[in-house]
Amino acid sequence: MKRILVGIKRVVDYNVRIRVKPDNSGVITEGVKMSVNPFDEIALEEALRIKERGGAEEVIVATVGPADCQQQLRTALAMGADRALHVQADGVIEPLVAARALLKLIEKEQPFLVILGKQAIDDDNGQTGQVLAALWQRPQATYASKLELTETSARVTREVDAGLETLEVDLPAVITTDLRLNEPRYVKLPDIMKAKKKPLETLTLPALGVEPRQQLKLVRFEPPPQRQKGIRVKDAAELVEALKKKGLL
Amino acid sequence: MSAKILIVAEHDGARLNPSTAKCVSCARTLAGAEITVVVCAVDAAAVAAQAAQLEGVSRVITLENAANQHALAAVLAPQIAALAAPYTHLLGPSTTFGKDLMARIAGLLEAPQVSDIMAIESATRFRRPIFAGNAILTVETSAAKLVGTVRAASFEAAASGAAAAPIEKASVAAELPTHTRFVSVSAAKSDRPDLQTAARVISGGRALGSAEGFKILYRLADKLGAAVGASRAAVDAGYAPNEMQVGQTGKIIAPELYVAVGISGAIQHLTGIKDARTIVAINKDGEAPIFEVADFGLVGDLFQVIPEIERLIG
Ligand SMILES: Cc1cc2nc3c(=O)[nH]c(=O)nc-3n(C[C@H](O)[C@H](O)[C@H](O)COP(=O)(O)OP(=O)(O)OC[C@H]3O[C@@H](n4cnc5c(N)ncnc54)[C@H](O)[C@@H]3O)c2cc1C
Ligand SMILES: Nc1ncnc2c1ncn2[C@@H]1O[C@H](COP(=O)(O)O)[C@@H](O)[C@H]1O
Repeated sequence: MKRILVGIKRVVDYNVRIRVKPDNSGVITEGVKMSVNPFDEIALEEALRIKERGGAEEVIVATVGPADCQQQLRTALAMGADRALHVQADGVIEPLVAARALLKLIEKEQPFLVILGKQAIDDDNGQTGQVLAALWQRPQATYASKLELTETSARVTREVDAGLETLEVDLPAVITTDLRLNEPRYVKLPDIMKAKKKPLETLTLPALGVEPRQQLKLVRFEPPPQRQKGIRVKDAAELVEALKKKGLL
Repeated sequence: MSAKILIVAEHDGARLNPSTAKCVSCARTLAGAEITVVVCAVDAAAVAAQAAQLEGVSRVITLENAANQHALAAVLAPQIAALAAPYTHLLGPSTTFGKDLMARIAGLLEAPQVSDIMAIESATRFRRPIFAGNAILTVETSAAKLVGTVRAASFEAAASGAAAAPIEKASVAAELPTHTRFVSVSAAKSDRPDLQTAARVISGGRALGSAEGFKILYRLADKLGAAVGASRAAVDAGYAPNEMQVGQTGKIIAPELYVAVGISGAIQHLTGIKDARTIVAINKDGEAPIFEVADFGLVGDLFQVIPEIERLIG
């Protein structure tokens, strides 16, 4: 069966104003809206479109994380994924651990394509896709803004600092998504009902043979230095004057 | 044990990218660190010579291979991983080149990576932004070998002109994959300064309304010798190309002067400009969040204000 595996991470919604805990041990997540990482929604949307075009038969979503993550897997199922894999794990899951777990799922499911987000908007690590591709010894095409498939390869346009780069990679491969790859669909109410009946399998890290090792200790969280609020100028002339005074013009 | 740091050079085959000199500065903040730069290229001579002149660099290693024509992470990573044994830290820039490559190296070495290093507190302790810069995290590692990407906006470029460090040719026995092939790159040719290193940047948002609308920014930018940037909304709408996007998922910049024109100031955009020395906001909505971070705010219609500024500076 032609399968696509999509990584889903549960993150604080991008609209939430992040606040650091007073004891500097983390950021406040109690009562805060949680969502599917926006880049993972894009990854799933791309997988669904490939399937709808007949380029795949099954779309599997997977997450490594605590029990709460099942909410985001349900959202992904409501968007249209066929089934979900939840690798139960508590605490901090570093990219290497997530990638090792995803690799085990790959070995099990044999997807021809794996799509992840280019970064998770909580840790902003931007590593998991590349680490996974390295462990799997397969190609990576990061920051994708366009993806075209043939039977054996993918042609991927990537958003790089210089502009747009196109690569051709043999399949199977890992793709990571950039914002302009597509616009994810909205979930409709009946789909949420239907999603409840779709299969969601729970696994554990030990059962997969992955050690939940944490190699980076999170020592301290701090709010960023605040910029001082400046002044209002009344018109262009005053602005130009002020900038000249500061030696900026 | 003193740190031995390997920095992966970013270059275009002829010139060293300025982000490499920033990695060197970052590495130099670790007292006593021995700094080696590695240049992967077809012909590395010119770039290696530039790297050898950076203050603080004690050695340059070149890896020359016909397969290094284009910077493909899958091809470069095994070569650098094969060199990694003696080093405690492997650093690259937090550019699309460095982010793509360093994490693949981390995967090959099965080593942890610290992304977007903004400060090195010790050989094992680092500071980095998370949540789009809304929190700063200090991490400490117990690993013997660490991979990192360096947030260029946090560091001044290391000076060039030091007595040239020795350059050594190396060869590694790594098997290079052919599963990843370069097809093309399309980069808009521009005579304007590079967005990532420009001292002045003018950025436009959705309010510019069209690619045509952006022209008033280009005109002003050319008068000021400024680079032009854009918000995500402006890029999504096709008013500006993707390489102009500033923010969490675009470029993180630290110019002397940043002028945000018709940009509301979403947190994802502000992440990209936190280190700008002076921020100017021009927006017709006096309540726009951009004004909370602006040193100078002007409430007005950009289509009147921008031409007027252009006239005033003559
Ligand atoms: C995961 C994720 C990553 C993102 N990454 C980025 C990123 O890297 N960079 C980025 O920029 N955004 C990013 N965004 C998007 C961000 O949230 C905002 O949607 C975006 O920055 C808005 O762009 P804007 O300010 O141009 O548009 P708007 O928010 O629509 O603002 C337009 C502004 O123009 C003003 N205006 C309108 N007409 C005029 C006029 N005639 N004269 C003067 N002012 C006028 C309005 O008052 C308004 O404030 C990201 C979002 C997500 C979810
Ligand atoms: N715990 C996880 N479970 C599933 N997918 C993940 C996990 N962590 C990261 N990913 C995927 O990897 C991408 C990049 O994450 P990161 O490297 O943490 O920035 C995310 O957008 C996800 O697609």
